[in-house]
Amino acid sequence: MNQSDHVSSTGTIKLLSVRALVVRFGERTVLDGLSFDVRAGEIFGLLGPNGSGKSTAFQALAGLVAPASGDLALSGEPMRTGDRRLRARLGVVFQQPSVDPRLTARENLGLAAALYRVPRAKRTERVEAMLHFAELRDRADEPVSQFSGGMRRRLELSRAMLHDPELLLMDEPTTGLDEPSFQRTWARLDELRRTQGVTIVLTTHRPEEAERCDRLAIMDAGRIVTVDTPGGLRGRVAGDVLELRTREPERVSQLLSAELGLASTVDADLVRIEAPRGHALIPRIVETLPAGTLESVSMRRPGLGDAFLVLTGRSLASDVAPQQSSS
Amino acid sequence: MDLATHSEPSRVTPSRRANLPSAFAFDLATLSVLWRRDIVRFFRERFRIVGALAQPLMFWLVLGSGMASTFRLPGSLRVGYPEYFFPGVVLMVVLFTSIFATMSVIEDRHQGFLHAVLAGPGSRTAVVLGKCLGSTSIALGQAALFMALAPTAGFSWHQIDWLYALSVLALASVALTTLGFAVAWWLDSTQSYHVVMSLLLIPMWVVSGAMFPASGALGWVMRFDPMAYATTALRRALYSGRVPDGMLPAWSHASADVGVLAAFAVVSLGLALAAGHRRR
Repeated sequence: MNQSDHVSSTGTIKLLSVRALVVRFGERTVLDGLSFDVRAGEIFGLLGPNGSGKSTAFQALAGLVAPASGDLALSGEPMRTGDRRLRARLGVVFQQPSVDPRLTARENLGLAAALYRVPRAKRTERVEAMLHFAELRDRADEPVSQFSGGMRRRLELSRAMLHDPELLLMDEPTTGLDEPSFQRTWARLDELRRTQGVTIVLTTHRPEEAERCDRLAIMDAGRIVTVDTPGGLRGRVAGDVLELRTREPERVSQLLSAELGLASTVDADLVRIEAPRGHALIPRIVETLPAGTLESVSMRRPGLGDAFLVLTGRSLASDVAPQQSSS
Repeated sequence: MDLATHSEPSRVTPSRRANLPSAFAFDLATLSVLWRRDIVRFFRERFRIVGALAQPLMFWLVLGSGMASTFRLPGSLRVGYPEYFFPGVVLMVVLFTSIFATMSVIEDRHQGFLHAVLAGPGSRTAVVLGKCLGSTSIALGQAALFMALAPTAGFSWHQIDWLYALSVLALASVALTTLGFAVAWWLDSTQSYHVVMSLLLIPMWVVSGAMFPASGALGWVMRFDPMAYATTALRRALYSGRVPDGMLPAWSHASADVGVLAAFAVVSLGLALAAGHRRR
């Protein structure tokens, strides 16, 4: 990759380019030639279920896992994964806690400031600003072990953003959070992007989180299937999604095919059909199936989970390779 | 969130592509951050200070009084067991502190503080050195504190060659913390770490001549135990070189003690650095 390569023909600036990234754990190929570009200022999501390789991609970008091969460029500057120039300009938020629970919030941020060589004159100011950002100013001198889960997550984000990185890398940023915390986290991320102009790359398996990204890479079995906007991905699902809840999903699926010529997929006790004009289809389905077969029928506009299913044949909730460490 | 209206965080760098600090500056920062964190944590956990000293102290008092009536050195020398056992207990402090200090590496490596430091701008070498420096400082500090009890074992403070003693303890601390680090990193599981510690490090201490003078086959095994050289070196320091006859193995030599101990430290450090560079 040469220097001028980071400005695309449409004028958008590529902050990060990843080309043909391969990671093997022993015999197993976990990332099989990953390539994608992240534009400056966008929120870019790697969407896939556990075992799809997204966490390995995160670890490779953070320099924690050594790839077998692959190229990388930051603002057009070619470098290897784990390169110091990359690590110094990267903020990393792990799924697991990375602040020291025995130290106070202020001490943890102080150590992060020293680690990234934030100029001494700016350290105090910067630590205070990030304590404020995390809404932890009145608890700043308490050990982190006394914090709630939500407070710790906020501190993690502040620690990662302390040195004003160009790129924020996050692994499953909202896993395990309830709805209000999810909304607050995303309000914070939007805020960061607006005020600090940071570019965000994150991994997720939550469709509602993927909706918040500007662009998504659909990951399956260590490869990227496609890259598109959430809207573009949803558009690849034809019409509506009907979900029939039943005790006999296989039989219902067969009947739908035989009687109405409808293709369907079975996921536990759900039979899923994608079809245009779903509302017209519902009465025909109900009349076709023997009384008492269905427990419920629902219809909705397709979401990213449906798009993922169409593109990969897999459910986002599935575990592709449970033995893989997703940490 | 009212970050924008309240106190806009100032840009750290006017241009983000401005020159980064040098590799050496980042490494030094990494080293000092890891060291500071270990020291701050250690002093915060007062219980840990007491625990690390109380256990060897108890061991020393119980074994010292229990063995006092039966213990006889080869020859007719009249050396009490507390006096014989004292350097062994000091090295036990070093050993236990090193084991506890490096145990955290196992969990810290995949999540926690160390994980974040590994993703930071410092090199792996700086991470390993910083972590080992922190552990070594704590082990050395604890051992030095325990050395203050020397008069109770019959050594007067002015009789001890302190420079010699602290150098020996520093080398032993480096050797054991780096060995502990290497083992912790390679094994990657707390259970296996315990097994290796009880099958390798503790026996190394037991046959080092710390608890009893080895003779026969055991005396022969001792020559291959680097800890034995630490024990004899510390004995020499405590007596300022004038060690009573029969207390040191016949093959023991002052310069060999220090040489083997230094080699032990260098090899262990090499193992720790090699382990730390494994990315996964």
